[in-house]
Amino acid sequence: MAGDAPKRADSATVREAPTDAPPGKAPRTDAPASEAAPAKTQTLERRMAASDLLRLATAGSVDDGKSTLIGRLLFDSKTLFIDQLAAVERVSKERGHDYTDLALLTDGLRAEREQGITIDVAYRYFATPKRRFIIADTPGHIQYTRNMVTGASTADVAILLLDARRGITEQSRRHAFIASLLAVPHILLCVNKMDLVDWSEEAFESIREEFVEFASRLRVRDLSFIPISALKGDNVVSQSTNMPWYDGLPLLRHLERLYVASDRNLVDVRFPVQYVIRPQSNTVIDYRGYAGTVASGVLKPGDPVLVLPSGLETRIESIETADGPVDEAFPPMAVTITLADHLDISRGDMLVRPHNVPTVAQDIDAQICWMDESAPLTKGGKYAIKHTTRWARAVVRDIAYRIDINTLHRVEGVDSLALNEIGRVQLRVTQPLFVDTYSDNRSTGSFILVDERSNKTVGAGIIGRATVAA
Amino acid sequence: MKSHVLSHLRNLEAESIFIFREVAAEMARPCLLFSGGKDSTVMLALARKAFAPARIPFPIMHVDTGLNFPEVIAYRDKWVKELGLQLIVASVPEAIERGIVHEEAGGSRNRIQTPVLLEAIEKHKFDALFGGARRDEEKARAKERVFSFRDEFGQWDPKNQRPELWSLYNGRVQPGQGIRVFPLSNWTELDIWSYIAEDKVEIAPMYLAEERDVIERDGMLYAVNEFTPLRDGEAAQRRKVRYRTIGDANLTAAVESDAEDIEAVLAEVAAARITERGATRGDDRVSESSMEDRKREGYF
Repeated sequence: MAGDAPKRADSATVREAPTDAPPGKAPRTDAPASEAAPAKTQTLERRMAASDLLRLATAGSVDDGKSTLIGRLLFDSKTLFIDQLAAVERVSKERGHDYTDLALLTDGLRAEREQGITIDVAYRYFATPKRRFIIADTPGHIQYTRNMVTGASTADVAILLLDARRGITEQSRRHAFIASLLAVPHILLCVNKMDLVDWSEEAFESIREEFVEFASRLRVRDLSFIPISALKGDNVVSQSTNMPWYDGLPLLRHLERLYVASDRNLVDVRFPVQYVIRPQSNTVIDYRGYAGTVASGVLKPGDPVLVLPSGLETRIESIETADGPVDEAFPPMAVTITLADHLDISRGDMLVRPHNVPTVAQDIDAQICWMDESAPLTKGGKYAIKHTTRWARAVVRDIAYRIDINTLHRVEGVDSLALNEIGRVQLRVTQPLFVDTYSDNRSTGSFILVDERSNKTVGAGIIGRATVAA
Repeated sequence: MKSHVLSHLRNLEAESIFIFREVAAEMARPCLLFSGGKDSTVMLALARKAFAPARIPFPIMHVDTGLNFPEVIAYRDKWVKELGLQLIVASVPEAIERGIVHEEAGGSRNRIQTPVLLEAIEKHKFDALFGGARRDEEKARAKERVFSFRDEFGQWDPKNQRPELWSLYNGRVQPGQGIRVFPLSNWTELDIWSYIAEDKVEIAPMYLAEERDVIERDGMLYAVNEFTPLRDGEAAQRRKVRYRTIGDANLTAAVESDAEDIEAVLAEVAAARITERGATRGDDRVSESSMEDRKREGYF
């Protein structure tokens, strides 16, 4: 690609003052378009076809340089707008910094600044001609475990950041554990601040070895390591000239090329019925469509399906969208299915293949991350539970153990889980759920618990093997 | 063999459709906020897709500040007719007359539309309101949920929001409380335009460039019309302009442009280096925290 030659930024200092935009002037199409910005010469069709969506979760603290890294990705991919940059430059000056502090780009709400805390997951967006990226940016400290769990729940890639000087800490082990618990398919360990360890290959290698050793205790499908300097830009967008010993790709190029198509479960057909479409109209007579989003598997017209919980079998008549019928549906397509027979099917039911059915269970064995600060999860506690499009009630029958998320040790004999604690819990549910293990299926293997008085979402559940073996 | 990978736009579309269906299935009285702008237009187009071949199973509401571009009202009514929608108009001028709200200095009705919106929500007992806000717009929005919980006063409390895991949204509320739902949360401005181009969504005519009489104030170009008449000593200039956002006619500025069709607009947006609000909205320039403050008061 043109412009792919290494062009390392020397520092995070932004030298060009944003003076090239006269007020009220529309951006011109001949504005300098970098390789990372959508190129003007690209046809619309190519952009549509070539670009898919990748969801990232980042974990790490300000000390690890996470905000700087995200600022760098936004800045170097030319996602930033001039007025955003000008605001950051102004604040940098006000605070007496020598350089434009890219970390300020991810500065949060006033409520957070006043209290010096990070409340939440913040979402950032950037794009290259190859991919559109969504970053779920989560604070790294242990008191924000629930935020990282939230961000990781939908992520294709977890970017874990650590400081090369400090090596692997309790915090990095915790982040890796959470990413593996939430079955994030790709974990990327960015060893940051390589400039402060003289770009040392030995320092990087020793961190890598230690982490590989630790990760062998986790379920991690794909693990990569990149030595970077977020502040100086090395190996973020462009190849570092300071670390010729590193023969891998810079972070952004790695993210662009990551193969994620096989991460989706295309084998087990699971179609939770979300909404029944029955037009009350004079032109569409007797139409009954089952609208929903494909959780997994590939569905085609003519395929036999089994309906849960009734157990009745029929065939798919057609798969429809507002833009016309389609010849197949795969995750995460939102479609409407019509069936050959008139059956009594409603929201919360599930269409599956007759010889590949999920476990129909009222006893659920799951890892639960507790998210409520006002009260712990307790043995005997009753909650509302939402699994795919189905609501029910659940009671906590037992807590097998709590996991010490820093050491991964099991702590047995506990009778409650407090905020940010993760443990293995047995639930009894008022009506059967159609479940798979989370490692097989992130949609049918997950649920939330909701407090029935406050209506708050209080727990995140990850269904384990025991449920499915039962 | 097929790749089974959706393009990013179709991925976003599927996510939005899922959100619409979830709300229609679980909430008692949803309503869609329609301003005539490009975001609420895309939102409406997606709502249509979510329930086709049936009609959209909820009404739409327009908070009419009385300062609308006339083209926008005509455009709104066209959609209502085409999709067979029920339209609810919450009128700010009427609320001023009734003494519910008072005109503010500077002529902005941005702030006073909030009580009017809240009154309409209460009157119609809506428990879910779809809004076209995007997280890429502003930093108070970057932390917004897809299902944003609002208390009995319509207020947003950033510390009292529900974790959103996977696509398991929780819309449970007590009577009087509500959820603001943002189906376009993960879309960027460029996505919106790309989608409009790819799906040939009809947008309000003012988004396309045409020759207009304009006047430059505070570095912004305003069309000369009944809402922004010429002041003493000002002389209008004839320039080819289009709008990047559509808000109140007295506060929304235009930008110079030759983009007469969507493809040309898309090319300009792709190369844009100034945020859309920064470039054209006098009402958003107030302070760094202005959006955060307005959301707390019940604004979208």
